[in-house]
Amino acid sequence: MILMGRVYVAGIGATPIGEHWEKSIRDLMVEASLKALDDAGLEREALDAVFVGNMSSGYLQGQEHLGSLLATWLGVPGVAACKVEAACASGGAAFHNAFMAVKSGLYDCVLAVGVEKMTDAPTEHLTSALIMADDQEYTAFAGFSFVALNALVYKAYMERYGARQEDIALFAVHDHKYAVNNPLAQYRRAVTLDAVLSSPLVADPLHLLECAPTGDGAAAILLCSEEKARELGLSPEVEAAASTVATDILSLHDRDDLTTLRATVRAAQRAYRMAGIEAGDVDVAELHDAFTILGVIHLEDLGFAKKGEGWKLVKEGEIELGGKIPVNLMGGLKARGHPVGATGIYEIYDVALQLLGRAGANQVEGAEIGLAQNVGGVGGTVAVTILRRVR
Amino acid sequence: MNSVPRAWRERITKYRLIGGRCRKCGKVFYPYREFCPRCGSGDVEKVELPKRGRIKYFTVVRSAPAEFKRYEPYVAALVELENGALVPAQITDVDPEDVREGMEVEGVLRRYREQGEDGIIEYGIKFRPVIGEE
Amino acid sequence: MSGIASILGYGAYLPRYRIPAAEIARVYGRNPKTTPIKEKTVPGLDEDSLTLAYEAALNALRRAAVDPSEIEAVFVGSESPPYAVKPTATVIAEALGITPRLYAVDMEFACRAGTTALLNAVGLVHAGLAKYGMAIGTDTAQGRPGDALEYTAAAGAAAYIVSPPRRDAVATIEAAYSYVTDTPDFWRREGQRFPRHGSRFTGEPAYFAHIMGAARGLMEETGLRPSDFRYVVFHQPNVKFPTRVAKRLGFTREQYERGLLSGIIGNTYAAASPIGLVNVLDAAAPGDRILLVSFGSGAGSDAISLVVEDGILDRRGRAPLLSSYIERRKVIDYALYLRYRDFICR
Repeated sequence: MILMGRVYVAGIGATPIGEHWEKSIRDLMVEASLKALDDAGLEREALDAVFVGNMSSGYLQGQEHLGSLLATWLGVPGVAACKVEAACASGGAAFHNAFMAVKSGLYDCVLAVGVEKMTDAPTEHLTSALIMADDQEYTAFAGFSFVALNALVYKAYMERYGARQEDIALFAVHDHKYAVNNPLAQYRRAVTLDAVLSSPLVADPLHLLECAPTGDGAAAILLCSEEKARELGLSPEVEAAASTVATDILSLHDRDDLTTLRATVRAAQRAYRMAGIEAGDVDVAELHDAFTILGVIHLEDLGFAKKGEGWKLVKEGEIELGGKIPVNLMGGLKARGHPVGATGIYEIYDVALQLLGRAGANQVEGAEIGLAQNVGGVGGTVAVTILRRVR
Repeated sequence: MNSVPRAWRERITKYRLIGGRCRKCGKVFYPYREFCPRCGSGDVEKVELPKRGRIKYFTVVRSAPAEFKRYEPYVAALVELENGALVPAQITDVDPEDVREGMEVEGVLRRYREQGEDGIIEYGIKFRPVIGEE
Repeated sequence: MSGIASILGYGAYLPRYRIPAAEIARVYGRNPKTTPIKEKTVPGLDEDSLTLAYEAALNALRRAAVDPSEIEAVFVGSESPPYAVKPTATVIAEALGITPRLYAVDMEFACRAGTTALLNAVGLVHAGLAKYGMAIGTDTAQGRPGDALEYTAAAGAAAYIVSPPRRDAVATIEAAYSYVTDTPDFWRREGQRFPRHGSRFTGEPAYFAHIMGAARGLMEETGLRPSDFRYVVFHQPNVKFPTRVAKRLGFTREQYERGLLSGIIGNTYAAASPIGLVNVLDAAAPGDRILLVSFGSGAGSDAISLVVEDGILDRRGRAPLLSSYIERRKVIDYALYLRYRDFICR
C-alpha cells in the first residue's frame, strides 16, 4: 500500500454526554464541530468536507440529510458533506470516510462528526430503533431487542469457555471507576460489582448496569493533510496511522461462532498492518463495550488476550492504568456514555486525549500509540482506528 | 413504519420457514437468499425447513421494542432445527423460568405483531415444547 | 363403496391455559359449587382463532398424509375471527402450502359453523369439485365479564380433511340432516364487543328443539335408531344440556360420555362438537357408528352419521391425541385471564 502523506489530527471537540433536553441534534453537532475547530485554531472557512456519523436521525427525529444540515447550520454551505450510517459504528465509519478523503489527496481539511439524540423518543421506540441494526424482517420481527441479541452472545461465551458472569461484569466496574475523572462522562460515580449484579435484568443474563446507557452527545475530529498543515502553520502532535472498516455476517443466526466478532479481527489485522505495528505495541485503547461481555470479547479479537481469556485480563487488573493494556480509561461506553452514532468519534477523541497528554488523572504516561474500536450491530461492521504521536 | 407490502412479501418465508441450503459448503440457513452467508456461493437451493429442533440459546426480553410491549416478558431464542439451520424465533406456551437450552421444540403459527389496532396482523412461526411425545 | 365422503384426517388443538369456574365465581361472589363446568380453556397472548385453527389443521394433515397442494377447498367456521373482514382460510392455506389452487371461505353460524364447514367440504368433494377438502371449526369465545356465559366461553379448534369414500380413511359419512329456523337465542350486533343471549330461552326453543329436530330427522330418514350408534356427540355449551338431550333422544351415558368434554375444557363454540368427535375418534374401533349433532344459535343443527373405517388404526397415532392437549394445562387466575383476553385496557 502506497502511503500518500500523513493524515493529521488537527483538532478534537466533544459535548458532554447526557440527557440534553434543551439541545437539538443540530445544536449538538454544531457544538462539537465548533469545539474541534477551536481546538485546531482554525476558522470554519478552512473546512472543505464534513462527514456526519449517525444511526437513527430518520426514525427518532424524522430528519435525514445531516451532512447538508450541518453545513448550513455551521454557516459553511458548499462543502462536500454526507451522513454516514453503519449502526453504532456510524462514528467510526464517518471517521473512515474523512480519513480516506484526506489520504486520497482530494480533500485537505475534513471534519468527522458523530452525533446521536436518543432522548427524543420514549424507551420502547428507542428499543425499536436500535434493533434496526440487525435484520428487520427476521431478527426484529422475532421480537429481539438489541440487548437480547447480546444476551445470547453472553450465554454462548460462558458456555464455551466456562467463564463466570461475576468476572465478566467487572468490565462495568472498571468503566465507572475511570469515568469519575472524565468531565464529559454521563455517569461519574463508581459502582460496585454487587450493584451491577443486583441491578434489574434487561434480557437474561444481562443486568441493567452491564449495558451502556441511553444519552445524547456529539463529538468531532478535524483531520488535515500534511500540505494543509504546512500551509496553515499548524504543528499537529497526533496523526491517524490507520483507519479500517470490515464487516461480518450481519445476524447471529447465520454465524457459526457467536463468541467472536470476525469483523473486529479483520479490521484490526488490516489496521495493524497499515500502521506497521502489532497488538502488543498499543499503549492505550478504547473498546466498544456496549455490554460487559463485548468488552471481554473485544480484548480477544483485538489480539490483547487469547480466545476465552479476555475476562482474565480484566480480573487481573491488566486493563487498568498501569496494566499491560489500559482500556477505556475515560469510562468506555458504559460510563462515559453511548450516543450510538457518536460513540465511534468519542472513542477516537478519548484516545487522542491520551496521546496529547490531556487525560488528567487518567493519563497513561508517554502513550504513543492508541487504538479505537467501534462496533455496529452485533459486529456486522467494525471500524478500527490507530492514532500515533507524530515523530 | 408499518407496511402492508413489506409484510406480505415475506409471508411465505415466515409461515413455512423457507431457507436455503448451500450446495457448495453445505450450510443450511434461514431465510433463503441468493448467496450463502458463509462461503458466498451462488449455488443455493431453496428448502422448506423442518419445524422441529432444540433451543440453542435463549434470553428473556424484559424491555421490549414498542411493537412487542404488550407481550413483555417473553422468550427470544435461536432454535437449532433438525437439519442444523439456526432460526431466530420466540418460544411460547412455556413459562420463561422453565425454558432450558437444549429443550426440544416444534414450530407453530402464532401472532408476532400488529400494525396498530386497526392494521394487519403479522403471523409467524414460534416454537413451543413438543406435545404428545412422552 | 357406499357413503357420501370420508374423513381422511382429523385433528384438534386446545390452548395451554385454564381458568377454574370456581375462580370466576370467587370474583363475582357466587357459589363455587354450582358452576356449570369445572374449568375452561383460555388462549394465550399470541393466540387467536386463526392460530388455533392452524395447529388443528396441522394435526389433521399429519393423519391424512396427503400433499397439502392436493387440498382444494378450505372452510373455516368461527364467530371470533381475528378480522371482521379478511378470511382466516387464506392465511391457514398459505401457511400450510395449500394455495393457490383453492376454494376458500370463512363462515359464521355461531357454534354450528364447524360442522357446517364440514358439510360444505363434503359437498364440494362429493361433487368432484375438490380433490380433498379441509373443514375447521375454531373459536376464542368472548364471555362478557360477570355474565353467566363467562364461565363457559372457551377456546379451541378442530379440523377435518375430507376425501371421496375410501376404506383406508378414518371414517365415512353416510348421512346428514340439517335443521334450521330463525330463532334468536344468542346474537351479537355489528360493532358490539360482547354477545347477548336469551337466558332460559336458549334452552327448549333453541338448543333442544334444533338438536332433536336434526337428530330425529336423520334417524327417520335413514331408519337408524339410537341403539345403532356406538357413540353420540352433541354440541356442549355446558354439561347439563347434552346430558339431558341424550336422555330424551334415547342415548345412554356410555354412548355420550367419551364425546362430552365441556366440563373440563368449556364451550369451544364452533369447535365444540367437532372436538367431541375428535375425542371419540381417538378411541373408536373400525365399524363403530357415530352420530354427531351440533347446534348453533340463530339457530340450527347439523346431524351427521359416520362409520369408522379400518384406516383409523393406522392414522390415529400420527398426531397427538386430544388427551395430550387436555393434560397440557396451566391454571391462571382471573387477573391473568383479563390480561390474556385483553379486557383490561379496552
